[in-house]
Amino acid sequence: MAGMGKTKHSRIHIVKREALPWYYRVGVRALAIVAALIVTAVVIMLLTHKNPIQVYISMLKGAFGTELRIWSLLQNIAILLCISLAVTPAFKMRFWNCGAEGQVLVGCLATTAVMMFLGDSLPLPLLWTVMLIAAVGAGIVWALLPAVTKSLWNTNETLFTLMMNYVATQLVAFFLKTFVKNGSGVLPPMPEYGLPRLLNKDYLLNIVIVVVLTVLVYIYLKYTKQGYEIAVVGESENTARYIGINVRKVVIRTLVVSGALCGVAGLLLVGGTNHTISTTTVDGRGFTAIMVSWLAKFDPLYMVLTTFLIVFLDRGTQQVATDFRMPNALSDIVTGIILLFIIGCEFFLQYKIVSAKAGKENA
Amino acid sequence: MVAFIVSAIRLGMTFLFGSTGETITEKSGHLNLGIPGVMCVGASCGCFAEYLYLTAAKRSVEPILAVLIPILATLLGGALMGLIYSFLTVTLRCNQNVTGLTLTTFGVGVSDFMIAKTGAIYSKGSKYFTAALPFADDLGWFGKIFFSHGILIYLAIAIALISSFVLSKTRIGLNLRSVGENPATADAAGINVARYRYMATCIGCAIAGLGGLSFVMDYLHGNWEYCIDAIGWLAIALVIFTVWKPNLGIIGSIVFGALYIASSYITGVSFASKELFKMLPYIVTIVVLIFTSIRDKKENQPPQSLGLPYFREER
Repeated sequence: MAGMGKTKHSRIHIVKREALPWYYRVGVRALAIVAALIVTAVVIMLLTHKNPIQVYISMLKGAFGTELRIWSLLQNIAILLCISLAVTPAFKMRFWNCGAEGQVLVGCLATTAVMMFLGDSLPLPLLWTVMLIAAVGAGIVWALLPAVTKSLWNTNETLFTLMMNYVATQLVAFFLKTFVKNGSGVLPPMPEYGLPRLLNKDYLLNIVIVVVLTVLVYIYLKYTKQGYEIAVVGESENTARYIGINVRKVVIRTLVVSGALCGVAGLLLVGGTNHTISTTTVDGRGFTAIMVSWLAKFDPLYMVLTTFLIVFLDRGTQQVATDFRMPNALSDIVTGIILLFIIGCEFFLQYKIVSAKAGKENA
Repeated sequence: MVAFIVSAIRLGMTFLFGSTGETITEKSGHLNLGIPGVMCVGASCGCFAEYLYLTAAKRSVEPILAVLIPILATLLGGALMGLIYSFLTVTLRCNQNVTGLTLTTFGVGVSDFMIAKTGAIYSKGSKYFTAALPFADDLGWFGKIFFSHGILIYLAIAIALISSFVLSKTRIGLNLRSVGENPATADAAGINVARYRYMATCIGCAIAGLGGLSFVMDYLHGNWEYCIDAIGWLAIALVIFTVWKPNLGIIGSIVFGALYIASSYITGVSFASKELFKMLPYIVTIVVLIFTSIRDKKENQPPQSLGLPYFREER
């Protein structure tokens, strides 16, 4: 089937669809998720010999079982959504920023450093401001390097940003081994310098900030001139040049926005959640965010849904793993399968399969 | 010093498998970011097969089978991952970056799961992979550096040399490169773009999978470590470092291996600075990436349509 639609004698060929009504688009995606859930249930059943209904119940419990779990679910959604918002402007411009992981991590590092070294000497509100500036600045620097080389010499940004992730990881490892006094490399949390708690809830501030950011990014991309320029550069750089957009300027400006938002995510992770740092603080979310953003077609409002889906799956399958004494890796497998299905279903939204005799087949 | 070089070579060959596989894949225009996942799956399939074989064979273990079975399982596991990737990106025309990253998540999950099921120690099987040539010890340091390695090390070099020859000297290689540079032209010349992309990706992933096996069975002596994905990213970096040439990869991979382990062999380096040393391979890669893009020399560039999909109808 490798040559489907491409060899000379094939009986079917593939044509691009016109825009589809929204219920069709939602329907196909829902079908893909259902299909993926069935496949995962079969996989889990084969591995555990347990009734799949039990598995689903266990997933729901893992995500919504107690008040604490719901807060933790919301908190995880907030962080992942924040990183997804950060990568979106760059992606919309077809700048493949695979470096959110590193950009968030240096944001975390900057926040931690400020908390450690200035925590005692500054009053809290001023400390928070310095934390914000440091985190945003660090994120911007990490995003700006690939952007500048891309716009000057057309350096491949996917590969550059990927490498920067590991530079950031090693920097954190170096920091921990240098400044943690007892040499264990584990930094004890510093909740006394953390961001303020709203209504005495741990994660409420994070959630509120991310909600505001979601709306702002939505407006920025959809209703501002800069957002429009991003869309044009993404569609075609030549068009952008033709109508007088300075592509270099747009690339650099957009990556500043992207890096700054990554820095904010770092601030929320350290200042508002963990109050400490390790090399795995970001935990692959920089990469997951890429999928979240892409699945939502770079629309910040849809991203709320896709983030929810991914975080729910992750939390749910972790519970399944605990309940049925399975390795934790189960959650990665399930998330992987479901994402592959959703990615695959895009095909049926964009193309239809037509037989060569012009008789139409259903896709 | 000799021990350092030997270690660098052994670790380097892990990178070499990965980068040769990724180079073949990239030559077809596929930027497969799933390589870290592929290497994990390759390693775990091989280890799993070795575990099954050793359990089944009990006392009467044939050394040749104990090496061949895991290698075949690894090739199969890697190729299957390549098949998933190509099906999604070629047939279903999905975005390459997103598919690759998802494949990495999936692959790491699958391999961790398989390892958790069998226990993470394969030292029994490892000795068949690290068996050296019999005359290695008689030749002093020369023998240590060139002949003391296990079979996978020589396999890595052989595959790199063959790939380099096929890519630059044969018609198949020429066709493959044209698919990666300009698929529309290749298509017009009668080359089946889809078939080349499928084949290159599956073969590339099978080879990359061997890198995972070599890392666990040879370099780690069968003690599984959960860091194969980090090795995978370095293999992707190595592709850039060697400007898409598998024969340069042989030297490049040893340099990477040396950089990666240098901190443990240099005396007088503080505990903390070792972490800075580990940054070196990535920084060197970035420098090479920027430098090649500034010089803008034709033969040192990524394939022109790297990462781009090809649909005949949209040409």
